[in-house]
Amino acid sequence: MSATLAMPGAPDMTPEEARCVYVLRLADTSLVLGQRLAEWIGHAPALEEDLGLANLSLDLIGQARLFLTYAGELEGRGRDEDALAFLRDAPEFLNLALAEQPNGDFGHTIVRQWLIDAWQLEVYAALEHSADTRLAAIAAKAVRETRYHYRFSSGWLVRLGDGTPESHGRVQRALDELWRFTPELFTPDEIDERMSRAGLAPSLAELEPRWSARIDEALRAATLVRPVTQPYPWHGKRGIHTEHLGHLLGEMQHLQRTYPGARW
Amino acid sequence: MPMTVRAMSQVSGHELEVRKLLARVLDPEIPVLSIVDLGILREVRQEADGRMRVAITPTYSGCPATDAIRTLVRAALDAGGYADAILEEVLSPPWTSDWLTPEGREKLRAFGIAPPEESVASPRRLLAVAAVSCPRCGSRATECVSEFGSTPCKAHYRCSTCGEPFDYFKCL
Repeated sequence: MSATLAMPGAPDMTPEEARCVYVLRLADTSLVLGQRLAEWIGHAPALEEDLGLANLSLDLIGQARLFLTYAGELEGRGRDEDALAFLRDAPEFLNLALAEQPNGDFGHTIVRQWLIDAWQLEVYAALEHSADTRLAAIAAKAVRETRYHYRFSSGWLVRLGDGTPESHGRVQRALDELWRFTPELFTPDEIDERMSRAGLAPSLAELEPRWSARIDEALRAATLVRPVTQPYPWHGKRGIHTEHLGHLLGEMQHLQRTYPGARW
Repeated sequence: MPMTVRAMSQVSGHELEVRKLLARVLDPEIPVLSIVDLGILREVRQEADGRMRVAITPTYSGCPATDAIRTLVRAALDAGGYADAILEEVLSPPWTSDWLTPEGREKLRAFGIAPPEESVASPRRLLAVAAVSCPRCGSRATECVSEFGSTPCKAHYRCSTCGEPFDYFKCL
């Protein structure tokens, strides 16, 4: 793991501002991943998987709504969940870069999902004990849902990895391509450190070995090889994204940007 | 328990009336279950100023029925003469399928949805996934087709004995 990252402006932030940034990161990772999964609706390889991915998407967007509403209250500028979801530009989004990566084939989507499910499992389980009772309540709800997400994604990872040479090759390639985005999951920056010191969020360094053990266990069952790749130098949680996020937001925000305040 | 339990002597007539009123509000997705059967109604309490306070909780974070249920509860309160009631949503403790009432479980089965097989609190649940009984023929020879059925709270199963597909209300 690299050293703590500098977050511009972080040392000058009030505790509420730092907490708002932390909550927005959780919100945006769920929202962006939920939006990606929704792109599968009508396109999944089988009806059951179509429903499964749509349900995961629904859970993630539901979690994002709870986090966004809270972030808006912490910010105190009158922005609600919709304003935060639909009226921010890409550099203001603070999701993990992994979450915004395009779907690729079904195996690629499963690998991305499985890596993030395993991360959310650890983060939410720890946040259940946060001194911030609002955050703890949302996490307690989310972790129960995430257990089902992980069962779904890890189940498919094993079936595809330990499946045919074609399916094995595809998920291994997806893993090789996506692995470089995983260091961001556990690289703390000043916001993470401040939250952790205040007892509001877990120390990422403590979560990493648990995530890693879970990942290795599934990889063994799936006969896949843990890649060794250079970490991607961009960090979504600091607003520095790959080119894919802008396209995703273009579609997600189109209606509210074109017809501000539209309701139906 | 689905609701905060207090001694009957502490429960006001208005509280009983509101509970009865809300026991008629049905889940829009599973219209045989009331919000009481589901354990969604968490609290009915009369405030010091006389206004009623009603607390509901979502089943899943992303359950689209939550918004509809809030609207239905509001409408039931308005129609019942409790337009000034305070309606709030609580997240903690998180909803669990253990809060389905015994009546609710039977209504689910009669509707063709298999109720949760195990208590979430049960240590057995950690060891293995319980066999799910077919709501139509009662056979335990069933297979999971998909972890996610028509909604996030349900999985998709098939009965190997009678051949019918069915939804299973998951443990959460």
